Formats: sequence, structure tokens, C-alpha cells
Amino acid sequence: MTGFSWFSALAYGDTGWGDEFVRGALFTLSISVCSYCLGIVLGLFGATAKLSRSRPARAMATFYTTAVRAVPELLLILLIYYSSTSALRDLVVGLGLARDFQVNGFVAACLSLGVVQGAYSTEVFRGAIIAVGKEQVEAATALGLSRRQTWRLVVFPQMLHKAIPGLGNLWLVVLKESSLISVVGFSELLLTAKMAGGAENRYLFFFSAVAFAYLGLSVVSSHLFDLVERQTGRHERGHG
Amino acid sequence: MDTEFYTVLFWKLAEGVKITLLLLVICGLLGNLLAVPLAFARISRHAWLRKPVHGFILFFRGTPVLVQLYLIYYGLGEVLSQMPTVRYSPMWPYLRSAFGYAVLALTLNTAAYCAEIWRGALQGLPRGQTEAALSLGLHPRQLNRLVLMPQAFRNALPALAGQNILLLKATSLVSTITIFEVMAAANLVRSQTFRVYESLLGAALVYVILTVVLTIGFSAIEHRIGRPYRR
Repeated sequence: MTGFSWFSALAYGDTGWGDEFVRGALFTLSISVCSYCLGIVLGLFGATAKLSRSRPARAMATFYTTAVRAVPELLLILLIYYSSTSALRDLVVGLGLARDFQVNGFVAACLSLGVVQGAYSTEVFRGAIIAVGKEQVEAATALGLSRRQTWRLVVFPQMLHKAIPGLGNLWLVVLKESSLISVVGFSELLLTAKMAGGAENRYLFFFSAVAFAYLGLSVVSSHLFDLVERQTGRHERGHG
Repeated sequence: MDTEFYTVLFWKLAEGVKITLLLLVICGLLGNLLAVPLAFARISRHAWLRKPVHGFILFFRGTPVLVQLYLIYYGLGEVLSQMPTVRYSPMWPYLRSAFGYAVLALTLNTAAYCAEIWRGALQGLPRGQTEAALSLGLHPRQLNRLVLMPQAFRNALPALAGQNILLLKATSLVSTITIFEVMAAANLVRSQTFRVYESLLGAALVYVILTVVLTIGFSAIEHRIGRPYRR
């Protein structure tokens, strides 16, 4: 191929792939952020279910985390992707809200990655809650706090700090797992690279570029999490 | 119950399981073996050895497996196809097949993650072990082989088991580069029959069974090598 240069290939605009890559990176980041948040919410529910006194809640949460850890993410994503799109469509059409309804690929992607993340977050939060210690709950009860107050004022803040390293790891996991969404045809960073590589016949160049983009995102975010951990740990160390 | 459909699904999945297991065994063995020298290089005193290995591990742990797979299959494949000596060599039919690239990518990925596990286990050993071994007159090589590695292995085993289960799950990604393993088998049945849930859940069941077998196998090893240390 003549006239191929690295600068023009990644140029911003009609001639290069720069703008497509920026869009892809933004999609990757927004899918990751949305599924991460969904995962945290599911994880909080999952952890409380796992530690609850109700046997069915415990069983359901255990089934959830075991299934997600034993089955490949790609398979789960396909499964959730197809079932959530058809279930939501059936729901909307069934309720008579619309005659035909296509579920947004972005929503389905976040939903499927978020469900997978939720299982991992469940384990992180469960560990963090256990690490807070029974005596804290006993002290709070002795002081006359209600169960809700104990959770909100005593367990939750302490648990959050203990969960930060685990949550940092999960962010790195979701950032990388978001690449699986390319398989269902959502043009985030990886699929953009595949299309660019195919069009320009330069797979090595475009996939290397994308690999370093992921690497940069991983390195930057792991530094950010270290910073957050040190910031939130400050007052705790002072007392210790 | 539609027996014909389930028979087809079963045989397709059985065909896929063979490739999944082949990949798992090859990449698992090669990756775990490669991880040990990498871990020693990673904690070596020599910067020329430590730094490149650190970069390798950082790269493979910091990028998605799917990207690594594409980079090696499409990227390396492209480079090889542009070299006339390779392109027209009798080896080309083998070099063109996706299986070799998949083995390479998954092996390097597993090696990078397992090397980091080994590093943690080696650095977690008490300093007194090294000092005692050296004062007994052991050669540094004997120190590694007889004192450090067996203890590190025992500490690393649960994490290594987890990593090998992740390898099993990562083999599902090679379906995207045209290899017919369990995931690809499920996708084939799904697209031919439009029965999404049965095909995908069938594959999920296969992975659950394989995960259970791996878990049992690893805890048996853990039990076996932990025996002399229990009272």
C-alpha cells in the first residue's frame, strides 16, 4: 500500500480513523462506566442477600455468583444480550406502548456486562462487609441504633473503604471485558480497530494502537484508584 | 421434547469440547511452565532481564484477551503473509490455520498472569528460608529448586487454579477467529435453528461441568501436596 503513514491513518476527519477511534473510546468508556455502576448496585443487593438470614435469598445469590464465575463472559453476554432484547421488546409490545420496539444496543450491552460485573461485586462487597466485624454491629446495637441506622452509619462507610481495592480491580476487569461487546456488533474501540484494519489492510497497526489505548486506560485508572485509596485511608490511619 | 434437535446439539457440542479441551491442555501446560522462568526474571537483580519481562506482563495484563487474540491472529498473520519466504514455504498451510495463533495468544496470556501469581508467592516467602538455605551451603539454583519453588507452589496453587479456570473461559473467545470449539458449536446451532436459549444454555452447561472438573482436580492436588504439613 502506498502513501500509508501512521499520522494520516489516525488523522481526525474524513481521511483518517482518528475521529472513529475517539468515538469508539468514548463508547468503551461509557459502556464500562454504566455497567460498572450497574454492577455495584447489583453487588450491594447480592452481598446483602448472601449475608441475609433468609435462605431463598442466600440460595439465589449463591446461584448467581456461581453461574457467572463458571460460564464464560462471552456466552453470558450473548445470552443476556439476546434475552434482554427480546424480553424488553415483548414487555414493551405486550404493554401496548409500541407496535414494534428495538432495544438499544447500548442498553443491552450495559445490561449484559453489568450482570456479569454484579456477580464479581457481590463477592467484593461480601468480603468487605465481613471484614468490618461483628463487634461493630454489636456496639451499634448496644448504642440503640436501629438495623437501618447500623447499616447506614456504621457498616456501610467502613465497608466502602475496605471494598475500594477490590472495586479498583473490577474497574480494570470491566474496562477489558467491554471489548467483548464488539462480538455483538457494537462499534466500541475494538470493533472500530477491526473495521479500520480491514478497510486499510493494516491489522497489526490498528490492533497495536488499540492495545496501547487499553493499556493507557488501565494504567491511568489504576493510578487513580491508588490515589483514592490513599485519600480515603488517611483519617483511618490517623486513628490506627 | 424435540429429540432430533437435542441430538444435533449434543453432537455439535461434543465436537466442540474436543477442541476446547485440546486448547485448554496445550495452553495450560505451556502457559504454566513458561510462567515460572518469567516470574524469576521479573524479580531478577538484572535490569535487562527484569524490565522487558515487566513490560510483557504489564501488556498482557493491561489489555483485553480478545485484543491480544486479534493482534496475534490478524496482526502477526498479516506480517507473516507479507514475507515471501514464509508465504510460499511448505509450512504455510499450518501457519495459516487459526489454531496456532490461538495457542500462542492464550499461552502468553496465561503465562503473564501466572507469572505474577508466582512472583507474589515467591516474594511472600520469609527471608529466613533463603538465608537458612544459603548458610547450609546450597547453590542458588538448589535454593530455588529445593526450597523456594516447592513452598511458593503450595501458596500459589489456589490462585493458579483460578487462573486456569479463567483460561478455560478464555478459550471461548477463539470462536471469534474461526475455531470450532464449544462456543462456536453453540453459535452454529443457534444460527441454524434460531433456538437461542437451548443452544447457549447447552454450551453453558458444558462450561459448568468443565469448571467443576477443574475445580475438583485442583483441590485434589492442593489436598495432596498439603498433606505433609497438616497435623
